[in-house]
Amino acid sequence: MSEITVRVNGREHCQEVEPRVLLVDFIRTRLRLTGTHVGCDTSSCGACTVLLDGAPVKSCTLLAVQADGREITTVEGLARGSELHPVQVGFHEEHGLQCGFCTPGMMLVAAELLERNPDPTEEEIRWAISGNLCRCTGYVNIVKAVQHAARLRREAARPVATGGVG
Amino acid sequence: MFPGAFDYRAPTSLDEVLELLGEHGEAAKVLAGGQSLIPLLKLRLASPALLVDIGRVPGLQGMTRADGTLVVGARTRHVDLERASPPAGLEILRRAAPQISDPLVRNLGTIGGSLCHADPAGDWGSVAIALGAELVLHSSRGERRVEAREFFQGPFTTILGADELLTELRFPVPSGPAAGTYLKLERKVGDFATVGVAVQVEMDGSRVGRAGIGLTAVAPTNLPARAAETALVGRELDDAAIAEAARLAAEAADPRDDIRGSAAYKRDVVRVFVQRGLRALRQQLGEVRS
Repeated sequence: MSEITVRVNGREHCQEVEPRVLLVDFIRTRLRLTGTHVGCDTSSCGACTVLLDGAPVKSCTLLAVQADGREITTVEGLARGSELHPVQVGFHEEHGLQCGFCTPGMMLVAAELLERNPDPTEEEIRWAISGNLCRCTGYVNIVKAVQHAARLRREAARPVATGGVG
Repeated sequence: MFPGAFDYRAPTSLDEVLELLGEHGEAAKVLAGGQSLIPLLKLRLASPALLVDIGRVPGLQGMTRADGTLVVGARTRHVDLERASPPAGLEILRRAAPQISDPLVRNLGTIGGSLCHADPAGDWGSVAIALGAELVLHSSRGERRVEAREFFQGPFTTILGADELLTELRFPVPSGPAAGTYLKLERKVGDFATVGVAVQVEMDGSRVGRAGIGLTAVAPTNLPARAAETALVGRELDDAAIAEAARLAAEAADPRDDIRGSAAYKRDVVRVFVQRGLRALRQQLGEVRS
């Protein structure tokens, strides 16, 4: 057994784990955060995406021990209390999901993309989500949802108009 | 799916890593980004008694330039190379990186891990071959350097000893006009290559001074197309030279029929990609000159 300390959605967890435990199983069964989904379990679909120190990765292809000392964000960490993340608003407004299974991964990838690139082109959005499979939507509304989120973020970042500027 | 049980160590120095590898030999496996190894562990295709995680060893990551060489740490991630600004003439590194797997894998997977995994469909092996890279291997017995084109022995097999760790890749920085590119055919984004071709050309005046061509997924290992490289050296990059190199590279390829395509199809893609790649480089080099 190894002892690990990870900060998940801002909260520190210190637990003993077997080295062979995958991060996705640690998150779902130990921390009871079931928003992170197990899809293909073979590193193909991206349903298990989490942010590791801010970068999206597949938590089914990472050992929990590798995350020792690091910071993880799951879909449960996107909203601030009752205030939805702009990406969540975007998926809601643009109907960016049907069955919802891929949605947590899609939203985390989108949130990280917008941190790096607040005004992505459609092509940049499609490249960013290219590791995340959706079997329902044909991606059209997912792209619209990310574009919607990008607009919301830019509007929020714009200083309040006092005339002339911006 | 769960991996079988293993012992896990995460040393914080290179010496400790080498000591563990020396002590445990074949029973130990090095874990870098884990994007190939962890799927193998989950499928129980690999069941090492010990995993040595090098993720906490300082100094294995990043790019530095020294004495006409670009030194890339073995644990440098694909995404780092994708976003890097390599020295002039080594743009192929930035062009190949985004063609590897998908963005999530590129955030963890490493160039050294990919080379040591030695999948004949791996992309970096062909790039390293085309660039004439040298690989630095460390063990508690000392250090040795090997040419990338001597590194691969067969599918998933390299000359790396059980007690050795690949620590860095050394790319010679071209002194004159040079260009390189990587072409990859995949059934869908993120798939392994059906065929990949890395081409690098360094000019000596109006003639080719050095040519490097590495082939992906068309042989038991990443393959240098030696005859094609030799045929280019000393010649102008005209249509005849390009066509001959493309023909020789296709001849060197030894593809197999599989779900991604027939051997004959893949061989022809090699020819087309070498031709297409060299023509693109000719255009880029022309733009540099004018």
